[in-house]
Amino acid sequence: MSTLVGTPPTASPVLSTAAPNPRPFRLVRHSLALAKRSLIKTWRTPEALIDVTLQPVLFLVIFVYIFGGAVAGSTHDYLQFLLPGILAQTIATGAIAIGVNLNTDIAKGIFDRFRSLPIPRSAPLVGAVLGDVVRYVIVTVSTLAIGYLMGFRIDTDPLRAIAGCVLAVLFALCLSWLPVYVSMKVRTPGAVQGLMFALIMPLSFASNVFVSADTLPGWMQAFVDVNPMTHLVAAVRGLFLGTPLDGHVWWTLAWCAGFVAVFMPLALRAYRKKI
Amino acid sequence: MSGGWRTLCDMTADLVIEAEGLVKHFGKTRALQGVDLAVPRGTVLGVLGPNGAGKTTAVRILSTLLTPDSGTARIGGFDVVRDAERVRQSIGLTGQYASVDEDLTGRQNLELFGTLLELGRAGARRRAAELLGWFDLTDAANRQAKTYSGGMRRRLDLAASLVGSPDVIFLDEPTTGLDPAKREDMWDVVRSLVTNGSTVLLTTQYLEEADALADAITVIDHGRVIAHDTPEGLKRVVGGQTLEVRPSDLADLPRIAAILSEVGSGGQADEIRKGVLAVPVTDDRALTASVARFAAAGIAVTELSLHLPSLDEVFFTLTGRTASEDDTTHRTEVAA
Repeated sequence: MSTLVGTPPTASPVLSTAAPNPRPFRLVRHSLALAKRSLIKTWRTPEALIDVTLQPVLFLVIFVYIFGGAVAGSTHDYLQFLLPGILAQTIATGAIAIGVNLNTDIAKGIFDRFRSLPIPRSAPLVGAVLGDVVRYVIVTVSTLAIGYLMGFRIDTDPLRAIAGCVLAVLFALCLSWLPVYVSMKVRTPGAVQGLMFALIMPLSFASNVFVSADTLPGWMQAFVDVNPMTHLVAAVRGLFLGTPLDGHVWWTLAWCAGFVAVFMPLALRAYRKKI
Repeated sequence: MSGGWRTLCDMTADLVIEAEGLVKHFGKTRALQGVDLAVPRGTVLGVLGPNGAGKTTAVRILSTLLTPDSGTARIGGFDVVRDAERVRQSIGLTGQYASVDEDLTGRQNLELFGTLLELGRAGARRRAAELLGWFDLTDAANRQAKTYSGGMRRRLDLAASLVGSPDVIFLDEPTTGLDPAKREDMWDVVRSLVTNGSTVLLTTQYLEEADALADAITVIDHGRVIAHDTPEGLKRVVGGQTLEVRPSDLADLPRIAAILSEVGSGGQADEIRKGVLAVPVTDDRALTASVARFAAAGIAVTELSLHLPSLDEVFFTLTGRTASEDDTTHRTEVAA
């Protein structure tokens, strides 16, 4: 270990002489640097992607081949109907992972180091949220790919298809502030997972994901009509298949804005308060 | 004695770390109950105390991770609460809590911190390579940190806190859990940091470590400062070093006892364990002196070593009870 003895390389006059940090876009740059960290982690542990790749496959195969004939008369018709719903459901459950990961991360101490650095306090959270975009893109691509193999076809044009995918990714990105907030409030990663499933599951089943909403009893329709998942699914269906959009894109965007407006400040405040 | 140190600090008037009356409660647990700390530029302060004494809480307040309930602290003249952002630009933190990302490689970790510290892409890369080289981690640079050994992890942790060339470095129990050889390596690192002008606050549970590294030692117990002195001053109070000898032949014990009583600082040699004699000594020279005397007398020994009092002994002298006596209550405080 004699290598350690000698002059430490603290001479680089970076912090001592440099002017105070250039202010503009600091949050953006720092968040992106931290998003890259999340990306590397995703890359290093591909098994963490199983939830978002296997789930759409299982749901599509099970629902299309078991219920397809009964619900829609033909498996192909049901596949066309179901795929946008499965995409929405999977991408929403995919957003849970960020809460679980953050809860684990914070216990490990790396966040304490982040907090001792001269970077915006919100950067580690914003970075983690942005880094997960890649996961959502993977969900979208793998859902569409398995759907295509099973016979799903886009009925509109590539532009609208891409718009549908972007909308789904955006939805997950904004929704993910909810699990981020939950992860600041509960003690264990398991609790984040449990609580979030309890929230997401009713949202995805009491909706138009699996069946058309007008088959449901009236009281439930009232819930389904305001369910953000319903709007996302209807919007994606419209963009993929050409069914009427009826303002669902705008409702989805409004929900996205709502998630960010409510849960991002809550999450950031909880993060600052967390020891 | 703390008054004398205070005067010394006021004279130099260049305190890089200053804390006055720090109080922090977690629910019913009173982690800090009015702690004062002062560290002049370019020196090492050792903060000595058992688990749960409040050492980590103090470090977390000084490094802006926690807000004190009352009291103030300044780093390089900047208040840790009001000017937290400025404080963060001049500190490096390594400890039980501030760790690296285990999924990233050593290099990726250091480059990430370089980017966050505005070194720029090329600057971050250069700084990472420099630190990896200095900490002997170049060969492991492209492996995930979770594959590192305990010693390598500590070195990477410390490297990560040096990326921004901080003026002030907090080391929270940097050697806890390391074997003695690795511990000495870490000490060398700390020494060269100070040679280079950094100011270091180091917490430890070992008097030996504080003695080896620190210019001054603050002893904390139950969130209060119970002693502040130079290592020499503290050792005078708590009894200094003991020379321990184990002869090859038990029949030599009386002759050894006689020699030890002469080289020692005046006390009688005692048989502290079966076949081991010990005597208080004033300094390291007693060791060489006794070796010469044993050789001259033709006495063979199997063990000959100098010992500083353990934390327990220090606490017994200072407080009249041992540090581990109420260890259980301390643990719950740590958990809180």
